[in-house]
Amino acid sequence: MPFDPSDIMKDRLTDIGPPKYDKFFPPFIKENYGKWKYHEILEPGVLVHVSETGAEVYTVRVGAARLLSVDLIREVCDIADKHCGGYVRWTTRNNIEFMVDDKAKLKPLIDDLKSRGNWFPIGGTGASVTNVVHTQGWVHCHTPAIDASGIVKAVMDELFEYFGSHKLPAQVRISLACCLNMCGAVHCSDIAILGVHRKPPIIEHERVQNVCEIPLVIAACPTAAIKPKKVGDYKSVEINENRCMFCGNCYTMCPALPLADGEGDGIALWVGGKVSNSRVPPKFSKLAVPYIPNEPPRWPTTVQTIKKMLETYASDARRYERVGEWIERIGWERFFEKTGIEFRHEHIDDYRLAMMTWRTTTQFKF
Amino acid sequence: MALKHATPMLDELEKGPWPSFVTDIKRVAARKPMCEDLLGLLEMSYEHKEGHWKHGGIVGVFGYGGGVIGRYCDRPDLFPNVAHFHTMRVNQPASKFYTSEVLRKLCDIWEEHGSGLTNMHGSTGDVILLGTTTDQLEPIFYRLTHELGMDLGGSGSNMRTPEGCVGKARCEWSCLDTQDIIYDITMRYQDELHRPMFPYKFKFKASGCPNDCVAAIARADCSIIGTWRDKIRIDQEAVRAYVGGELVPNGGSHGFEKRKLDIQKEVIDLCPTRCMEWDGKNLKIWDEDCTRCMHCINVMPRALRPGTDVGATILCGAKAPILEGAQLSSVIIPFMKMEPPYEEFHSFVEKMWDWWMENGKNRERLGELIQRLGLREFLKAVEVEPDPRMINTPRFNPYIFYDPADVPGGWERDGKAYRERHHA
Repeated sequence: MPFDPSDIMKDRLTDIGPPKYDKFFPPFIKENYGKWKYHEILEPGVLVHVSETGAEVYTVRVGAARLLSVDLIREVCDIADKHCGGYVRWTTRNNIEFMVDDKAKLKPLIDDLKSRGNWFPIGGTGASVTNVVHTQGWVHCHTPAIDASGIVKAVMDELFEYFGSHKLPAQVRISLACCLNMCGAVHCSDIAILGVHRKPPIIEHERVQNVCEIPLVIAACPTAAIKPKKVGDYKSVEINENRCMFCGNCYTMCPALPLADGEGDGIALWVGGKVSNSRVPPKFSKLAVPYIPNEPPRWPTTVQTIKKMLETYASDARRYERVGEWIERIGWERFFEKTGIEFRHEHIDDYRLAMMTWRTTTQFKF
Repeated sequence: MALKHATPMLDELEKGPWPSFVTDIKRVAARKPMCEDLLGLLEMSYEHKEGHWKHGGIVGVFGYGGGVIGRYCDRPDLFPNVAHFHTMRVNQPASKFYTSEVLRKLCDIWEEHGSGLTNMHGSTGDVILLGTTTDQLEPIFYRLTHELGMDLGGSGSNMRTPEGCVGKARCEWSCLDTQDIIYDITMRYQDELHRPMFPYKFKFKASGCPNDCVAAIARADCSIIGTWRDKIRIDQEAVRAYVGGELVPNGGSHGFEKRKLDIQKEVIDLCPTRCMEWDGKNLKIWDEDCTRCMHCINVMPRALRPGTDVGATILCGAKAPILEGAQLSSVIIPFMKMEPPYEEFHSFVEKMWDWWMENGKNRERLGELIQRLGLREFLKAVEVEPDPRMINTPRFNPYIFYDPADVPGGWERDGKAYRERHHA
């Protein structure tokens, strides 16, 4: 029964949920579910998982831009049909994984992937720069301070050799969020790229009362910088600009308080976060560079600063040490010294619980 | 074919070895005016260094309060084909396995009714269909549900689409059936997923082991992380093979060349609790000291495996900075068996939500509410007893809130009797 626009309730299905997960499992995944014994990485981007039944599954992981067209997805389907019995999966970090159950099928798959221009770079396993998770940026978001896909493209072009190799001391997870909302939750990444605003909102007095719930706007400000104010005949707000830390939350509640600004906005870089519990507990990323201007289309300062941090880490850290573990071993004073990043007043926390981050010992390095 | 708008800046992003989203959009733009205008709009953002999407806009499919995000461009005069460019979130199958058949059908639907652009996947895990007009929402929803058996995911102040790691489908470390848990939560709480009823968003994520491949601990209001309570399983012969250089350490994460593992330096000295010893032949683990960090298992996957008394640690309250600063999840239930039908977990979830809906302010995440009212209040609400596993250290301030019921005689005082003992 096709859709009938004049009667949308006819045959309506709702709340059916997603397809059950095992509906799309390849047979060798279904047969070995919960029976996996160990895995190894045969070469960057190529994994083998071995089951207690003796079955082996070979996975080829390829990077992808998160933004994919139906044309590219159809090409993924062609590859899956040709080599993988029509099965394919995605990872949390926007990689595509092609799986085969026989080592003999591996080389033809890899050769095929390599023959298709640069659409299917193989890598993202082990001690590599894994694929970048990111948000929408200027392509589709309403609050961004930066683009997302374009910056990620520029960064990954420059770090490409670290995606397809195992040259690093440990994996380095890079993430990008285009504003402080952090839809991509980048706050626990080895290196995080964050879009920041630096100018308080414009107040469009004539629009505020029409498009905003003023009490909600006032309540939305974490520093209580917003108060109600009558401006002429308009019910509006006033903002104590000195208390604004540019979180954008007021704009989220009220479109008549825009804060995006071509000159004010830009990028902050953060380092040393992780989510795994391996060795040391999960950590937040900490501020490395407070501000880099927006430099479309290739974002050279951002790209080069990230590369410098990555390569300093690569040459200095011990095997298994994540970026945050390395920095904590050498100390922040050494981190700034070795990376050549300028330490500025913005690095010293002055928000809530700031004191927890100040040094309360004479143990530091000259 | 020449496209409608010149995009000299975006063209620069067609260079280099990483797959180019610009090239990808361009090939669709050759047949889709929507993508042509998207490129033009994005080029304008690159010139202005400002985004050009309007704030919000409430659209959706009938009966749902989430799953569609309204998006309108702020220069429809220049780019009329992206005047409306709404997003639809499609609830992904847990752990993101697909057949080419279902993907092709999804592509066909999206080719016909939308821009042909997607995110595979969004941060919540959904398949994101990026860009369509209001009149297409119902036909897409109808075709998704009828032809693909797929449904929309969450957006707004509701339960967001839950997400899990690859789990038992292809990982030897998974202590949980993450797919089944995610599927169970998703199906059981369809109403919460589609009809906003909460103070703000609520996210579940499940990782099969403490390596936490979906970053549950950093981004889920309720993080379900697989763990075990008994001993790490050891294959001593395989340990010796790593030390002898017959097996490749760290599963090949540092390259597949054969080398002898320096077990002292690479495993024992990096163990956070120093709970291991190597006598040259056998590896001894004092499991009672182990905090199950996974490092030794990660380095010697063929020799060490998680134990068999498996379950989950349930942690709550993670979020990104907006509003009250970033938070990681805190341990609430150190161990839960997590076996179907997951009744113990459902009962916990429902108590947690009741407390949050009762006490949470507009746009207050669970973690912020716990911070505002205190972990003790939360534990009371979910009927969980305090446990040292919930803290890094006991408090070091002396300002304890006592309940009058805990103090003999309560808070009732006799001022007169006091003054008889102490003259003012």
